[in-house]
Amino acid sequence: MAQSKHEKIERSVFLMIVLTLLTVSVGGLVEIVPLFFQKSTTQAIDQKGNTLNVKPYDPVRLVGRDIYIREGCYNCHSQMIRPFRAETERYGHYSVAGEFIYDHPFQWGSKRTGPDLARVGGRYSDEWQRIHLLNPRDVVPESNMPAYYWLDRPAKVADIQAKMRALNLVGLHKYSEEEIAAAPAAVEGLTELDAVVAYLQGLGTALQNVR
Amino acid sequence: MADFVSGFWNVYVMGLVALSLLFCVVVLVANMTKRPEKVEVQGHVWDETLQEYNNPLPRWWLYLFWATLIFSVVYLAIFPGFGTTNQHRGQIAQYEAEVARADQLYGPIFARFQEQDLLAVAADPEANAMGQRMFLTYCAQCHGSAGTGAKGFPNLTDSAWNWGGEPETIKTTILHGRIGVMTPFGSILSGEEIKDVANYVRSLSGLANDSLRAQRGKELFDQQCVVCHQADGTGNTLLGAPDLTDSAWLYGSSEATIIETITNGRQNQMPAFADFLGEAKVHILAAYVISLSKGQ
Repeated sequence: MAQSKHEKIERSVFLMIVLTLLTVSVGGLVEIVPLFFQKSTTQAIDQKGNTLNVKPYDPVRLVGRDIYIREGCYNCHSQMIRPFRAETERYGHYSVAGEFIYDHPFQWGSKRTGPDLARVGGRYSDEWQRIHLLNPRDVVPESNMPAYYWLDRPAKVADIQAKMRALNLVGLHKYSEEEIAAAPAAVEGLTELDAVVAYLQGLGTALQNVR
Repeated sequence: MADFVSGFWNVYVMGLVALSLLFCVVVLVANMTKRPEKVEVQGHVWDETLQEYNNPLPRWWLYLFWATLIFSVVYLAIFPGFGTTNQHRGQIAQYEAEVARADQLYGPIFARFQEQDLLAVAADPEANAMGQRMFLTYCAQCHGSAGTGAKGFPNLTDSAWNWGGEPETIKTTILHGRIGVMTPFGSILSGEEIKDVANYVRSLSGLANDSLRAQRGKELFDQQCVVCHQADGTGNTLLGAPDLTDSAWLYGSSEATIIETITNGRQNQMPAFADFLGEAKVHILAAYVISLSKGQ
């Protein structure tokens, strides 16, 4: 061997970059790209192919969802029930991809300090949610969740139409012009507390809540 | 499971996986060169004398690469990953097997208790231990870990039952939930009138009250409140209207709280657990709740 074969690559930054990108992209090409062409990840269906009643967030829930993101709820609460019996016994049916097709961005989270919220919808009364958000210790003395006492104030809703139009540009949302026109009336006078409660009460209800 | 929109994607994934593995084999084989008699140097020099050898890969390291290759082939042969093979070892199939095993193990225990009368189950220590575990998981968030409740969420350890304390009624409450509504009277009665009624309500359970106001309040109570709370104030379990003559107060017994309750009304809900937990578990939970109340 006169000159080493790798010298050519090592001495050309451009060739090095191109070959590195090619190598790294294989993982994405195999594991990510096919997901865009999979029914279970792009349609409102469950793992067995049954249709799920998943709808784009209505304006009130949209406002609530943005407050959920603003307050960083995802830092302590996941929205992803894994297919383990220990999880489904506590939280309900495991999450399926089709439930999240209107989640931009999704709120799966990666860490649980508090419980998973993927199927919290309907689990507690609205009244409980309100009391619990304002001061968790009023209903759960052992809780270490922070009190979000400031939520009982008017929500910022002036940008609701722009928000819906923006969501129409990404993902699978198709808010009609009528829906967008009716949105400001739906969120008028809305408090942040009620918006978050409406968002939480809708979570995970598309799939029948069985273990 | 024809999950892809077209058959092409199966071929695409399998093709890329096979090509990648093949590429690794080619690179590894190309590196299986013999160690040369005399080690070459790369030809460049740093710091006057520092030169770089062009040694082949150490053998042990090379064999580790081969080991990962073999592992990946074995993995693809056993688990799903190559086309639609081995779906029975996928995560959902594993989960279903796990659930089936648990049902086999615990099913008979639940079935045994479900055949028994609720009061008999309530007296069974094993069922109580199971009930407590479930209570802490599903019920404690509202009713408290000891079942003593919170403002707006009933105390289960006393003998007051807004919806009825019969064993089967308690089970029905857990299975199908309840919606408790107190009508707001803020637009029907004046502030003074509401204060009168509040004083009368306090007098019903022997709490301190202004007797003059209570007297006026009784007339209003007889007009407005008896439909749900009955003439003697003992309530109606069919409507979930609380007994106002006992010492149990869902939202509080202070005059200010009672005025708030009458003015704005109250609304709260017991969620239904029939779908989520199933009847066998609710049976044991109901028995546990009965035992909580019996303990007092």
